[in-house]
Amino acid sequence: MTRSLKSLVPAAIFVVLVGFLFVGLFRDPSKIPSPLVGKPAPDFTLEGLRDPSQVISNESLAGRMYLLNVWNSSCVTCRQEHPMLMQIARSSGLPIVGLNWKEVDWPEDPEVGRVRAIDWLTRFGDPYELVAYDKEGSVGINFGVYGTPETFLVSADGMILAKRVGAMTPEAWEQEFLPLIARGQGGS
Amino acid sequence: MIPELGHFAVVLALLLAAAQGFFGIVGPQRGRVAWMNAAHSAAIGQWVFLSLAFGCLIYAFVQFDFSVRYVAGHSNSLLPTFYRVAASWGGHEGSLLFWALVLATWTAVLAAFSRAVPLAFKSRVIGVLGLVSIGFLTFMLFTSNPFARLVPAAVDGNDLNPLLQDPALAIHPPMLYVGYVGFAMAFAFACATLIEGRTDTLWAKWARPWTLVAWLFLGIGITLGSWWAYYELGWGGYWFWDPVENASFMPWLIGTALIHSLAVTEKRGLFKSWTLLLAISAFSLSLLGTFLVRSGVLVSVHAFATDPARGLYILAFLVAVIGGALALYTWRAPMMKSESGFELASREAFLLFNNALLVGATLLILLGTLYPLFLDALSLGKISVGPPYFNVAFMIPMVPLVLLMSIGMHSVWKRSRLGPVRNKLLVLLGVAVAAAVALMLFNYGEFHWMGLVGFTISIWLIASALVEPIAKWGQWRTLPAGFWGMVIAHLGVGMFTLGVTGVESYRIERDISMGVGETVTLQGYNFRFEGTRMVQGPNYEAIEADIAISREDGKVFTTLRPQKRFYASGGNPMTEAGIHVNYARDLFVALGEDLGQGRWSMRVQYKPLLRYIWLGALFMALGGLVAAADRRYRVRASAKDTVPAGAGEAAR
Repeated sequence: MTRSLKSLVPAAIFVVLVGFLFVGLFRDPSKIPSPLVGKPAPDFTLEGLRDPSQVISNESLAGRMYLLNVWNSSCVTCRQEHPMLMQIARSSGLPIVGLNWKEVDWPEDPEVGRVRAIDWLTRFGDPYELVAYDKEGSVGINFGVYGTPETFLVSADGMILAKRVGAMTPEAWEQEFLPLIARGQGGS
Repeated sequence: MIPELGHFAVVLALLLAAAQGFFGIVGPQRGRVAWMNAAHSAAIGQWVFLSLAFGCLIYAFVQFDFSVRYVAGHSNSLLPTFYRVAASWGGHEGSLLFWALVLATWTAVLAAFSRAVPLAFKSRVIGVLGLVSIGFLTFMLFTSNPFARLVPAAVDGNDLNPLLQDPALAIHPPMLYVGYVGFAMAFAFACATLIEGRTDTLWAKWARPWTLVAWLFLGIGITLGSWWAYYELGWGGYWFWDPVENASFMPWLIGTALIHSLAVTEKRGLFKSWTLLLAISAFSLSLLGTFLVRSGVLVSVHAFATDPARGLYILAFLVAVIGGALALYTWRAPMMKSESGFELASREAFLLFNNALLVGATLLILLGTLYPLFLDALSLGKISVGPPYFNVAFMIPMVPLVLLMSIGMHSVWKRSRLGPVRNKLLVLLGVAVAAAVALMLFNYGEFHWMGLVGFTISIWLIASALVEPIAKWGQWRTLPAGFWGMVIAHLGVGMFTLGVTGVESYRIERDISMGVGETVTLQGYNFRFEGTRMVQGPNYEAIEADIAISREDGKVFTTLRPQKRFYASGGNPMTEAGIHVNYARDLFVALGEDLGQGRWSMRVQYKPLLRYIWLGALFMALGGLVAAADRRYRVRASAKDTVPAGAGEAAR
């Protein structure tokens, strides 16, 4: 009896594994719920990417709904996402704030990263109304960023309405973001 | 017209696979020799039609037939011919056809050449392979047809992913697939054994050369992938613990356990059900890898374009193939009894430890790979598991494995008796510790605990592997190929460990910005940036930098030319690293970004002993090849072997 029980073990493990794989099929691994959705956006004050003396904070766009897009120049997905952001910038009328995050890894010089990031925007186009440079990476952490790119929708009164992890796609834009934007702009 | 011919050939191959599955399994059940022979013919016919289909696909690529969706998606008019041929297995649909073709080829080789295996058993093996093939061919025809037309035809195609436009990566997938599919042979042998209810161990002897060949191809495939990632991705790393890398590494580890366990089963009649389970697991993990890569359940840089319908199909296929095999196992395994015992320091015991450690390592990697999926499915949050976990989880079983290997190689079957070798090994251990300390202090000038452990076990293993060959040098011709295979493969493990230890303990990596004329110094090497120029390739243009390298004497001994390539088809720029290699170290320079005013960001690295990682991996594969060529696998069946098996023993 114990012999046949023992030979059942691999099959039992396999059944459990298949259960998980089946559930996993219907989940999008890049969709990460954020505890921040529905809460006020974290406070931040950063220098501008192009101009270090510029101050960019929550107050910079107070009273306007905006998108906050987290990116850096070494991120492949950001490059893929980029045409979509350009299109949003052109067509939606919504300001996009770029948050350049983790551009450099210690011990690289942050100023080297700054030049590289500006070069990237020059080469591929700049969809951002404002670009903040998060040298220390702390603002990204306060926003709970897992990896680049991530995009937050922030309402006119500073609440985070939605969050997208990974590249912004036309589907995500139309189905998740546009309805919220329409509601937000209609209400205010 | 030609693509339709290819499509039709796949349909015919599917019908033949069905015939092969039916006659191969039912024939022996009913004792009909004609049916068994029909299964053989069907297997060869399936191979003919799949070769034809694959030929049609290559033809479509070579002729720039952009009316075929797959061709338009994976090549364009600028792509060189070599890469157009390679593109036929570079995407999801084409790689499936290639998989099916390799499976049919292995089956046809078995059907045509394997004379040692009795007809009924061979038919069952071929039948099981036919069923596996049905799964792949229907998957291809219903969800991923490489011959589907594009209406209207594209004027020009997209490009093959520029990352794949590299000789090493062009042949990396075929090697992997030959390995994955090779494990289907071990799997089919195990299933046939279970169906037949054999309790003898002849199957282990028949399956061994097939398993060795599958294992060595998989090893070469993984090595090529690692080598490619090192010089092409521009990070200078050789292994990233990406889910897709893990998906190829896990079957290799289980395959390693399997080739050792098969030896015990064949020679001593032990571990019977365990070996069967390993044979099933090696192929199951290959299939699981296919599922992970193509279903989108995990995030990976390698993932193919994913589609839930495909994922669901592969999952169903997984359930049918693996579930079926495990059900057979559950039913039959209790019949398997071990024929004898063994002592604690006997060869059986060492191979048992080997199996336990390899399977343990595989389970830890599997856990790390699927952990994000488990948590997500239970709604416990999203996490990712990275190299810090894998490096530690892999090292824990590997250090004792390498240590035990040095001793286990000299053990004998059944009894704990090391004899005179014991003192030799102890002396060599002392020498290895001394050599490791000397290497660290005099060559690298810095002491590391992990360096001490790693260098010691690798030097000891290399020395231990050479003990017997040196002692028996005069009579090397009389020693079997299997012995030489073992020596070579274990030397490979030693080199691999040496390389990993050197790189992980003493590598130097710098990300810096350099202007023309500036110099950076790493470990006594001066890297001087001489400037950049534009270079024109067939379907890309590139910025190439000159980095002159000199030692303390200031004499330039080489100039590295790292490139940043911009492909005409667009997309990200690709880095081609500049690398200088010798026996002791790699010097690596990757060109980063243009920082303006002639300054560039660069990644400059010093990697000691890096080449021994791949050299070691190639030695392991070579060892597998030598062992598979052992004469005793080629002899015809003896009278004893052909007795219909199991009958006598089942009654015990």
